[in-house]
Amino acid sequence: MSALLENRDLVVPGDALYEGRIRIGDNTYRSQERVCATRLGLVNYNKNMVSVIALEAGFNPLTGDLVVGDVIDIGLGKWIVDIDAATNAALNVPDAIDAPFRTDIDMPSILDIGDTVVAKIVDLDRRRTPILSILGRDLGKVTKGFTIRFTPSKIPRLIGRNGSMVNMILRATGCNIAIGQNGRVLINGRTREQEEMAVSAIQKIEREAHISGLTNRVQEYLRQLKEEKR
Amino acid sequence: MSKVKKKTKKRTTKKTTKKTTKKRYDGREANELRPIKIESGVLPNADGSAYIEMGRNKVLVGVFGPREMHPKRFSKPDRATLRCRYHMSPFSVSPRRSPAPSRRDTEIGMVMSWALEPAVFLDRYPRSVIDVYAEVLEADGGTRTACINAATVALVDAGIPMRDLVASCAAGKVDGRLILDLGDVEDKEGEADVPVAYMPKLEKVTLLQMDGVLPPEEFKECINLAIEGCKQIYEIQREALKKKYGITDEEEAEE
Repeated sequence: MSALLENRDLVVPGDALYEGRIRIGDNTYRSQERVCATRLGLVNYNKNMVSVIALEAGFNPLTGDLVVGDVIDIGLGKWIVDIDAATNAALNVPDAIDAPFRTDIDMPSILDIGDTVVAKIVDLDRRRTPILSILGRDLGKVTKGFTIRFTPSKIPRLIGRNGSMVNMILRATGCNIAIGQNGRVLINGRTREQEEMAVSAIQKIEREAHISGLTNRVQEYLRQLKEEKR
Repeated sequence: MSKVKKKTKKRTTKKTTKKTTKKRYDGREANELRPIKIESGVLPNADGSAYIEMGRNKVLVGVFGPREMHPKRFSKPDRATLRCRYHMSPFSVSPRRSPAPSRRDTEIGMVMSWALEPAVFLDRYPRSVIDVYAEVLEADGGTRTACINAATVALVDAGIPMRDLVASCAAGKVDGRLILDLGDVEDKEGEADVPVAYMPKLEKVTLLQMDGVLPPEEFKECINLAIEGCKQIYEIQREALKKKYGITDEEEAEE
Protein backbone atom coordinates (compact mmCIF):
# COMPACT_ATOMS: atom_id res chain seq x y z
CA MET A 1 0.00 0.00 0.00
CA SER A 2 2.39 2.68 -1.10
CA ALA A 3 3.19 5.21 -3.77
CA LEU A 4 6.11 4.09 -5.88
CA LEU A 5 7.08 7.50 -7.25
CA GLU A 6 7.14 11.16 -6.23
CA ASN A 7 4.25 13.46 -7.07
CA ARG A 8 4.70 15.14 -10.50
CA ASP A 9 7.25 12.60 -11.73
CA LEU A 10 7.33 12.06 -15.48
CA VAL A 11 6.05 8.59 -16.34
CA VAL A 12 5.76 6.56 -19.54
CA PRO A 13 3.14 3.87 -20.29
CA GLY A 14 3.65 0.75 -18.19
CA ASP A 15 5.35 2.48 -15.28
CA ALA A 16 4.08 1.20 -11.92
CA LEU A 17 2.67 4.08 -9.88
CA TYR A 18 1.14 2.49 -6.83
CA GLU A 19 1.06 -0.85 -5.10
CA GLY A 20 -2.10 -1.84 -3.26
CA ARG A 21 -5.75 -0.87 -3.22
CA ILE A 22 -6.60 2.66 -4.33
CA ARG A 23 -9.06 4.41 -6.64
CA ILE A 24 -7.61 4.87 -10.09
CA GLY A 25 -8.01 8.11 -12.05
CA ASP A 26 -7.31 9.19 -15.61
CA ASN A 27 -4.68 7.51 -17.77
CA THR A 28 -4.02 4.58 -15.44
CA TYR A 29 -4.94 0.91 -15.33
CA ARG A 30 -4.76 -1.85 -12.79
CA SER A 31 -2.43 -4.76 -13.43
CA GLN A 32 -2.57 -7.40 -10.71
CA GLU A 33 -1.87 -5.52 -7.45
CA ARG A 34 -0.36 -2.51 -9.16
CA VAL A 35 -1.59 0.70 -10.74
CA CYS A 36 0.26 1.55 -13.95
CA ALA A 37 0.30 4.51 -16.34
CA THR A 38 -1.21 4.30 -19.84
CA ARG A 39 0.13 7.58 -21.18
CA LEU A 40 3.20 9.78 -21.08
CA GLY A 41 2.51 12.32 -18.34
CA LEU A 42 2.96 13.55 -14.81
CA VAL A 43 1.83 11.32 -11.96
CA ASN A 44 -0.63 12.86 -9.53
CA TYR A 45 -1.16 11.32 -6.09
CA ASN A 46 -4.26 12.45 -4.26
CA LYS A 47 -5.43 11.38 -0.84
CA ASN A 48 -7.33 8.39 -2.17
CA MET A 49 -6.69 8.39 -5.89
CA VAL A 50 -3.81 8.07 -8.31
CA SER A 51 -3.92 9.55 -11.80
CA VAL A 52 -1.65 10.74 -14.61
CA ILE A 53 -1.87 14.19 -16.17
CA ALA A 54 -1.29 13.32 -19.81
CA LEU A 55 1.19 15.40 -21.79
CA GLU A 56 0.20 13.75 -25.05
CA ALA A 57 -3.41 12.71 -25.58
CA GLY A 58 -6.03 12.90 -28.27
CA PHE A 59 -9.47 14.40 -27.81
CA ASN A 60 -11.92 12.29 -25.83
CA PRO A 61 -15.39 13.75 -26.45
CA LEU A 62 -17.52 14.34 -23.35
CA THR A 63 -20.98 15.84 -22.95
CA GLY A 64 -20.76 19.59 -22.47
CA ASP A 65 -17.51 20.10 -24.39
CA LEU A 66 -17.25 23.10 -26.69
CA VAL A 67 -15.69 22.02 -30.00
CA VAL A 68 -14.65 23.60 -33.28
CA GLY A 69 -15.18 21.30 -36.26
CA ASP A 70 -15.59 21.09 -40.02
CA VAL A 71 -18.70 19.88 -41.82
CA ILE A 72 -17.50 17.00 -43.99
CA ASP A 73 -20.75 15.45 -45.17
CA ILE A 74 -24.50 15.96 -45.28
CA GLY A 75 -26.76 13.02 -44.48
CA LEU A 76 -30.53 12.73 -44.30
CA GLY A 77 -31.45 15.18 -41.55
CA LYS A 78 -27.94 15.55 -40.20
CA TRP A 79 -24.55 17.05 -40.87
CA ILE A 80 -21.42 14.97 -40.24
CA VAL A 81 -18.78 17.04 -38.47
CA ASP A 82 -15.09 16.21 -38.12
CA ILE A 83 -14.04 17.13 -34.57
CA ASP A 84 -10.65 15.33 -34.47
CA ALA A 85 -12.06 12.54 -32.30
CA ALA A 86 -11.94 8.79 -32.92
CA THR A 87 -15.35 9.04 -34.58
CA ASN A 88 -17.06 11.85 -36.45
CA ALA A 89 -19.85 13.80 -34.76
CA ALA A 90 -23.44 14.26 -35.92
CA LEU A 91 -25.33 17.55 -35.96
CA ASN A 92 -29.04 16.87 -36.37
CA VAL A 93 -31.37 19.40 -37.98
CA PRO A 94 -33.39 20.11 -34.78
CA ASP A 95 -30.11 20.95 -33.02
CA ALA A 96 -29.18 23.42 -35.74
CA ILE A 97 -32.36 25.36 -36.62
CA ASP A 98 -34.60 24.64 -33.63
CA ALA A 99 -37.29 23.10 -35.85
CA PRO A 100 -38.13 19.52 -36.77
CA PHE A 101 -36.61 18.01 -39.91
CA ARG A 102 -38.65 18.27 -43.08
CA THR A 103 -37.54 16.93 -46.44
CA ASP A 104 -38.02 20.33 -48.10
CA ILE A 105 -35.33 21.96 -45.93
CA ASP A 106 -32.38 23.01 -48.06
CA MET A 107 -29.62 21.78 -45.78
CA PRO A 108 -26.59 23.15 -47.70
CA SER A 109 -28.02 26.64 -47.40
CA ILE A 110 -27.85 26.32 -43.61
CA LEU A 111 -24.47 24.57 -43.38
CA ASP A 112 -22.48 23.36 -46.36
CA ILE A 113 -19.58 20.93 -46.66
CA GLY A 114 -16.37 22.74 -45.71
CA ASP A 115 -18.04 25.13 -43.26
CA THR A 116 -16.49 25.49 -39.82
CA VAL A 117 -18.81 25.41 -36.81
CA VAL A 118 -18.45 26.18 -33.14
CA ALA A 119 -20.67 23.63 -31.42
CA LYS A 120 -21.38 22.00 -28.12
CA ILE A 121 -21.51 18.24 -27.47
CA VAL A 122 -24.97 17.71 -26.01
CA ASP A 123 -24.95 13.94 -25.91
CA LEU A 124 -23.11 10.76 -26.79
CA ASP A 125 -25.42 8.23 -28.39
CA ARG A 126 -25.38 4.50 -27.67
CA ARG A 127 -22.52 3.95 -30.11
CA ARG A 128 -20.71 6.82 -28.41
CA THR A 129 -21.04 9.06 -31.45
CA PRO A 130 -20.97 12.67 -30.27
CA ILE A 131 -24.20 14.61 -30.91
CA LEU A 132 -23.67 18.32 -31.45
CA SER A 133 -25.81 21.40 -31.10
CA ILE A 134 -25.26 24.91 -32.45
CA LEU A 135 -28.22 26.41 -30.62
CA GLY A 136 -26.88 28.80 -28.03
CA ARG A 137 -24.79 31.87 -27.47
CA ASP A 138 -21.52 32.07 -29.40
CA LEU A 139 -22.30 28.82 -31.21
CA GLY A 140 -22.93 28.30 -34.91
CA LYS A 141 -21.30 28.72 -38.29
CA VAL A 142 -17.97 30.53 -38.35
CA THR A 143 -17.90 33.44 -40.76
CA LYS A 144 -14.71 35.25 -39.73
CA GLY A 145 -11.24 34.29 -38.52
CA PHE A 146 -9.15 31.14 -38.84
CA THR A 147 -8.39 28.03 -36.82
CA ILE A 148 -5.11 26.66 -35.51
CA ARG A 149 -4.41 23.31 -33.87
CA PHE A 150 -3.35 22.75 -30.28
CA THR A 151 -2.62 19.57 -28.32
CA PRO A 152 -6.02 18.66 -26.76
CA SER A 153 -4.45 17.48 -23.49
CA LYS A 154 -2.88 20.91 -22.98
CA ILE A 155 -6.13 22.87 -23.44
CA PRO A 156 -6.56 23.41 -19.64
CA ARG A 157 -3.23 25.26 -19.62
CA LEU A 158 -4.32 27.48 -22.53
CA ILE A 159 -7.51 28.38 -20.67
CA GLY A 160 -5.80 28.76 -17.30
CA ARG A 161 -7.39 28.87 -13.89
CA ASN A 162 -10.86 30.41 -14.39
CA GLY A 163 -9.81 31.46 -17.86
CA SER A 164 -6.90 33.60 -16.65
CA MET A 165 -4.51 32.64 -19.46
CA VAL A 166 -6.89 33.11 -22.37
CA ASN A 167 -8.23 36.36 -20.89
CA MET A 168 -4.68 37.67 -20.68
CA ILE A 169 -4.16 36.93 -24.39
CA LEU A 170 -7.54 38.48 -25.23
CA ARG A 171 -6.63 41.69 -23.39
CA ALA A 172 -3.11 41.91 -24.79
CA THR A 173 -3.99 41.22 -28.41
CA GLY A 174 -7.61 42.36 -28.72
CA CYS A 175 -8.51 39.22 -30.69
CA ASN A 176 -11.60 37.08 -30.28
CA ILE A 177 -10.56 33.55 -29.37
CA ALA A 178 -12.79 30.48 -29.16
CA ILE A 179 -11.11 27.41 -27.71
CA GLY A 180 -12.50 24.03 -28.69
CA GLN A 181 -11.80 21.22 -26.24
CA ASN A 182 -10.83 19.18 -29.31
CA GLY A 183 -7.72 21.28 -29.80
CA ARG A 184 -8.90 23.63 -32.52
CA VAL A 185 -8.59 27.28 -31.61
CA LEU A 186 -10.56 29.88 -33.54
CA ILE A 187 -8.87 33.28 -33.75
CA ASN A 188 -10.38 36.46 -35.12
CA GLY A 189 -8.59 39.78 -34.79
CA ARG A 190 -9.05 43.23 -36.26
CA THR A 191 -5.57 43.33 -37.78
CA ARG A 192 -3.04 40.78 -39.02
CA GLU A 193 -0.54 41.89 -36.34
CA GLN A 194 -3.01 41.15 -33.54
CA GLU A 195 -3.67 37.69 -34.93
CA GLU A 196 0.03 36.91 -35.34
CA MET A 197 0.65 37.95 -31.75
CA ALA A 198 -2.12 35.67 -30.48
CA VAL A 199 -0.82 32.74 -32.54
CA SER A 200 2.75 33.08 -31.31
CA ALA A 201 1.58 33.33 -27.68
CA ILE A 202 -0.55 30.20 -28.09
CA GLN A 203 2.34 28.34 -29.69
CA LYS A 204 4.58 29.32 -26.77
CA ILE A 205 2.00 27.88 -24.36
CA GLU A 206 1.95 24.64 -26.31
CA ARG A 207 5.74 24.33 -26.21
CA GLU A 208 6.07 25.11 -22.52
CA ALA A 209 2.80 23.81 -21.08
CA HIS A 210 4.56 21.40 -18.71
CA ILE A 211 6.99 23.90 -17.16
CA SER A 212 5.90 25.87 -14.08
CA GLY A 213 5.49 29.65 -13.99
CA LEU A 214 3.84 29.66 -17.41
CA THR A 215 1.46 32.59 -16.83
CA ASN A 216 4.28 34.96 -15.91
CA ARG A 217 6.38 33.89 -18.85
CA VAL A 218 3.53 34.37 -21.30
CA GLN A 219 2.77 37.78 -19.80
CA GLU A 220 6.39 38.81 -20.28
CA TYR A 221 6.39 37.37 -23.80
CA LEU A 222 3.28 39.32 -24.79
CA ARG A 223 4.84 42.51 -23.40
CA GLN A 224 7.96 41.89 -25.46
CA LEU A 225 5.93 41.28 -28.61
CA LYS A 226 4.03 44.53 -28.06
CA GLU A 227 7.27 46.49 -27.67
CA GLU A 228 8.69 44.97 -30.84
CA LYS A 229 5.61 46.06 -32.75
CA ARG A 230 6.02 49.68 -31.63
CA MET B 1 22.21 -5.20 -49.86
CA SER B 2 18.79 -6.51 -50.47
CA LYS B 3 16.80 -6.99 -47.29
CA VAL B 4 14.89 -9.93 -48.69
CA LYS B 5 15.98 -12.79 -46.52
CA LYS B 6 17.39 -15.74 -48.38
CA LYS B 7 15.00 -18.59 -48.01
CA THR B 8 17.85 -21.06 -48.05
CA LYS B 9 19.87 -20.40 -44.94
CA LYS B 10 22.81 -22.61 -44.22
CA ARG B 11 21.06 -25.53 -42.68
CA THR B 12 23.21 -26.95 -39.95
CA THR B 13 22.53 -29.45 -37.25
CA LYS B 14 25.74 -28.68 -35.39
CA LYS B 15 24.75 -28.66 -31.75
CA THR B 16 27.96 -27.39 -30.22
CA THR B 17 28.42 -23.67 -29.90
CA LYS B 18 31.97 -22.49 -30.37
CA LYS B 19 33.21 -20.80 -27.24
CA THR B 20 35.19 -18.00 -28.73
CA THR B 21 35.80 -14.38 -27.84
CA LYS B 22 36.37 -13.39 -31.46
CA LYS B 23 34.82 -10.03 -32.30
CA ARG B 24 32.12 -9.76 -34.98
CA TYR B 25 32.55 -8.31 -38.45
CA ASP B 26 31.77 -4.82 -37.19
CA GLY B 27 33.87 -5.15 -34.04
CA ARG B 28 31.00 -5.83 -31.64
CA GLU B 29 30.93 -8.35 -28.80
CA ALA B 30 28.50 -11.28 -29.12
CA ASN B 31 25.97 -9.71 -26.74
CA GLU B 32 26.41 -6.11 -27.83
CA LEU B 33 23.74 -4.01 -29.54
CA ARG B 34 24.44 -1.59 -32.33
CA PRO B 35 24.44 2.09 -31.31
CA ILE B 36 20.81 3.28 -31.08
CA LYS B 37 19.44 6.79 -31.35
CA ILE B 38 15.72 7.53 -31.00
CA GLU B 39 13.97 10.86 -31.34
CA SER B 40 10.25 11.43 -30.78
CA GLY B 41 7.90 14.04 -32.24
CA VAL B 42 9.86 14.66 -35.44
CA LEU B 43 6.90 15.09 -37.81
CA PRO B 44 4.68 18.08 -36.95
CA ASN B 45 1.86 16.98 -39.27
CA ALA B 46 1.49 13.52 -37.73
CA ASP B 47 -0.34 12.89 -34.44
CA GLY B 48 2.77 11.11 -33.20
CA SER B 49 6.12 10.30 -34.75
CA ALA B 50 9.58 8.92 -34.11
CA TYR B 51 12.90 8.50 -35.86
CA ILE B 52 15.27 5.68 -35.03
CA GLU B 53 18.84 4.92 -36.01
CA MET B 54 19.81 1.37 -35.09
CA GLY B 55 23.31 0.95 -36.40
CA ARG B 56 22.96 1.85 -40.07
CA ASN B 57 19.20 1.29 -40.10
CA LYS B 58 17.28 4.54 -40.38
CA VAL B 59 13.51 4.44 -39.95
CA LEU B 60 10.90 7.18 -39.76
CA VAL B 61 7.50 6.35 -38.25
CA GLY B 62 4.33 8.45 -38.25
CA VAL B 63 1.15 7.61 -36.31
CA PHE B 64 -2.29 8.96 -37.18
CA GLY B 65 -5.42 8.45 -35.17
CA PRO B 66 -7.48 7.08 -33.63
CA ARG B 67 -9.63 8.25 -36.51
CA GLU B 68 -12.63 7.19 -38.56
CA MET B 69 -11.90 4.00 -40.50
CA HIS B 70 -12.10 3.95 -44.26
CA PRO B 71 -13.28 1.72 -45.86
CA LYS B 72 -15.87 1.45 -43.11
CA ARG B 73 -16.60 -2.24 -43.65
CA PHE B 74 -13.16 -3.13 -42.24
CA SER B 75 -13.85 -1.42 -38.91
CA LYS B 76 -14.55 -3.58 -35.88
CA PRO B 77 -17.61 -2.87 -33.73
CA ASP B 78 -15.89 -3.49 -30.40
CA ARG B 79 -12.40 -2.13 -30.85
CA ALA B 80 -10.01 -0.14 -32.99
CA THR B 81 -7.87 -1.59 -35.74
CA LEU B 82 -4.12 -1.11 -35.66
CA ARG B 83 -3.06 -0.78 -39.27
CA CYS B 84 0.68 -0.81 -39.93
CA ARG B 85 2.33 -0.04 -43.21
CA TYR B 86 5.94 -1.06 -43.64
CA HIS B 87 7.72 0.38 -46.60
CA MET B 88 11.30 0.50 -47.78
CA SER B 89 12.37 3.53 -49.76
CA PRO B 90 13.87 2.76 -53.17
CA PHE B 91 17.18 4.24 -51.99
CA SER B 92 17.28 2.30 -48.71
CA VAL B 93 19.20 -0.59 -50.24
CA SER B 94 21.64 -1.14 -53.04
CA PRO B 95 20.73 -1.93 -55.78
CA ARG B 96 17.60 0.24 -55.91
CA ARG B 97 14.44 -1.45 -54.72
CA SER B 98 11.08 -1.11 -56.43
CA PRO B 99 8.84 1.23 -54.45
CA ALA B 100 5.80 -0.96 -55.08
CA PRO B 101 4.60 -2.80 -51.96
CA SER B 102 5.96 -6.34 -52.00
CA ARG B 103 4.84 -9.54 -50.36
CA ARG B 104 7.55 -9.01 -47.73
CA ASP B 105 6.29 -5.46 -46.95
CA THR B 106 2.78 -6.77 -46.39
CA GLU B 107 4.05 -9.48 -44.08
CA ILE B 108 6.20 -7.17 -41.99
CA GLY B 109 3.33 -4.66 -41.72
CA MET B 110 1.12 -7.43 -40.41
CA VAL B 111 3.81 -8.69 -38.03
CA MET B 112 4.30 -5.14 -36.71
CA SER B 113 0.62 -4.74 -35.90
CA TRP B 114 0.57 -8.15 -34.21
CA ALA B 115 3.60 -7.18 -32.13
CA LEU B 116 2.10 -3.83 -31.08
CA GLU B 117 -1.56 -4.79 -30.59
CA PRO B 118 -1.14 -6.47 -27.16
CA ALA B 119 0.30 -3.22 -25.80
CA VAL B 120 -2.45 -0.88 -27.04
CA PHE B 121 -5.87 -0.38 -25.40
CA LEU B 122 -7.72 -0.91 -28.67
CA ASP B 123 -11.06 -1.53 -26.96
CA ARG B 124 -11.24 2.15 -26.01
CA TYR B 125 -11.79 3.29 -29.59
CA PRO B 126 -14.43 1.09 -31.21
CA ARG B 127 -15.01 1.45 -34.97
CA SER B 128 -11.88 3.53 -35.49
CA VAL B 129 -8.38 2.97 -36.80
CA ILE B 130 -4.87 3.79 -35.67
CA ASP B 131 -2.55 4.08 -38.63
CA VAL B 132 1.18 3.45 -38.26
CA TYR B 133 3.35 4.30 -41.25
CA ALA B 134 6.93 3.07 -41.09
CA GLU B 135 9.33 4.21 -43.80
CA VAL B 136 12.74 2.58 -43.94
CA LEU B 137 15.19 5.18 -45.20
CA GLU B 138 18.28 3.01 -44.90
CA ALA B 139 18.38 -0.73 -44.24
CA ASP B 140 21.11 -2.82 -42.68
CA GLY B 141 19.47 -5.93 -41.22
CA GLY B 142 16.80 -6.01 -38.54
CA THR B 143 14.53 -3.33 -39.94
CA ARG B 144 11.40 -4.98 -38.56
CA THR B 145 12.75 -4.68 -35.02
CA ALA B 146 13.79 -1.07 -35.66
CA CYS B 147 10.29 -0.31 -36.99
CA ILE B 148 8.62 -1.82 -33.93
CA ASN B 149 10.90 0.16 -31.59
CA ALA B 150 10.17 3.43 -33.38
CA ALA B 151 6.44 2.68 -33.76
CA THR B 152 6.10 2.20 -29.99
CA VAL B 153 7.67 5.59 -29.31
CA ALA B 154 5.48 7.18 -31.99
CA LEU B 155 2.31 5.62 -30.51
CA VAL B 156 3.13 7.04 -27.08
CA ASP B 157 3.90 10.39 -28.72
CA ALA B 158 0.45 10.27 -30.35
CA GLY B 159 -1.13 9.95 -26.90
CA ILE B 160 -2.55 6.50 -27.50
CA PRO B 161 -3.14 4.63 -24.22
CA MET B 162 -0.75 1.68 -23.85
CA ARG B 163 -0.16 -1.07 -21.32
CA ASP B 164 3.59 -1.00 -21.79
CA LEU B 165 6.24 -0.10 -24.33
CA VAL B 166 7.26 -2.75 -26.83
CA ALA B 167 10.98 -3.19 -27.38
CA SER B 168 12.25 -5.42 -30.14
CA CYS B 169 15.54 -7.02 -30.98
CA ALA B 170 16.88 -10.05 -32.84
CA ALA B 171 19.33 -12.73 -31.79
CA GLY B 172 20.79 -15.44 -33.94
CA LYS B 173 23.55 -17.87 -34.71
CA VAL B 174 26.49 -17.06 -36.92
CA ASP B 175 29.55 -19.29 -37.33
CA GLY B 176 28.23 -21.53 -34.57
CA ARG B 177 28.07 -18.63 -32.12
CA LEU B 178 24.94 -17.06 -30.60
CA ILE B 179 24.92 -13.31 -31.14
CA LEU B 180 22.64 -10.35 -30.45
CA ASP B 181 21.20 -7.81 -32.91
CA LEU B 182 22.25 -9.22 -36.27
CA GLY B 183 23.45 -6.91 -38.99
CA ASP B 184 22.70 -7.44 -42.66
CA VAL B 185 25.79 -9.59 -43.36
CA GLU B 186 25.21 -11.75 -40.28
CA ASP B 187 21.55 -12.07 -41.17
CA LYS B 188 22.37 -13.46 -44.59
CA GLU B 189 25.44 -15.55 -43.76
CA GLY B 190 24.24 -16.89 -40.43
CA GLU B 191 22.56 -20.14 -39.53
CA ALA B 192 19.53 -18.65 -37.75
CA ASP B 193 17.81 -15.37 -36.92
CA VAL B 194 15.22 -14.96 -34.14
CA PRO B 195 13.48 -11.55 -33.96
CA VAL B 196 11.70 -11.00 -30.64
CA ALA B 197 9.42 -8.19 -29.44
CA TYR B 198 8.95 -7.91 -25.71
CA MET B 199 7.02 -5.86 -23.18
CA PRO B 200 9.61 -5.44 -20.39
CA LYS B 201 7.30 -4.27 -17.57
CA LEU B 202 4.68 -6.95 -18.22
CA GLU B 203 7.36 -9.52 -19.10
CA LYS B 204 5.49 -10.72 -22.15
CA VAL B 205 6.74 -11.66 -25.60
CA THR B 206 4.58 -10.19 -28.38
CA LEU B 207 6.56 -11.32 -31.42
CA LEU B 208 8.64 -14.41 -32.00
CA GLN B 209 9.83 -15.43 -35.43
CA MET B 210 12.63 -17.67 -36.58
CA ASP B 211 14.47 -18.08 -39.82
CA GLY B 212 16.92 -20.99 -40.04
CA VAL B 213 17.51 -23.97 -37.79
CA LEU B 214 18.45 -24.10 -34.11
CA PRO B 215 18.47 -26.95 -31.61
CA PRO B 216 15.90 -26.42 -28.82
CA GLU B 217 18.39 -25.41 -26.11
CA GLU B 218 20.06 -22.86 -28.37
CA PHE B 219 16.65 -21.52 -29.39
CA LYS B 220 15.84 -20.86 -25.72
CA GLU B 221 19.23 -19.26 -25.24
CA CYS B 222 18.58 -17.07 -28.27
CA ILE B 223 15.26 -15.87 -26.90
CA ASN B 224 16.83 -14.98 -23.57
CA LEU B 225 19.63 -13.14 -25.34
CA ALA B 226 17.11 -11.18 -27.42
CA ILE B 227 15.06 -10.34 -24.31
CA GLU B 228 18.20 -8.94 -22.65
CA GLY B 229 18.68 -6.77 -25.75
CA CYS B 230 15.03 -5.65 -25.60
CA LYS B 231 15.51 -4.52 -22.01
CA GLN B 232 18.44 -2.34 -23.06
CA ILE B 233 16.41 -0.87 -25.93
CA TYR B 234 13.51 -0.20 -23.54
CA GLU B 235 15.72 2.14 -21.52
CA ILE B 236 16.68 4.04 -24.68
CA GLN B 237 12.99 4.36 -25.66
CA ARG B 238 12.16 5.77 -22.22
CA GLU B 239 14.97 8.30 -22.49
CA ALA B 240 13.78 9.36 -25.96
CA LEU B 241 10.24 9.97 -24.69
CA LYS B 242 11.41 11.89 -21.63
CA LYS B 243 13.94 13.94 -23.59
CA LYS B 244 11.15 15.76 -25.42
CA TYR B 245 10.06 17.22 -22.10
CA GLY B 246 13.51 18.12 -20.73
CA ILE B 247 14.64 17.31 -17.25
CA THR B 248 12.07 15.72 -14.98
CA ASP B 249 12.78 18.04 -12.03
CA GLU B 250 11.57 21.09 -13.91
CA GLU B 251 8.21 19.55 -14.59
CA GLU B 252 5.11 20.69 -12.87
CA ALA B 253 1.50 20.89 -13.90
CA GLU B 254 -0.59 23.72 -12.60
CA GLU B 255 -4.03 22.33 -13.15
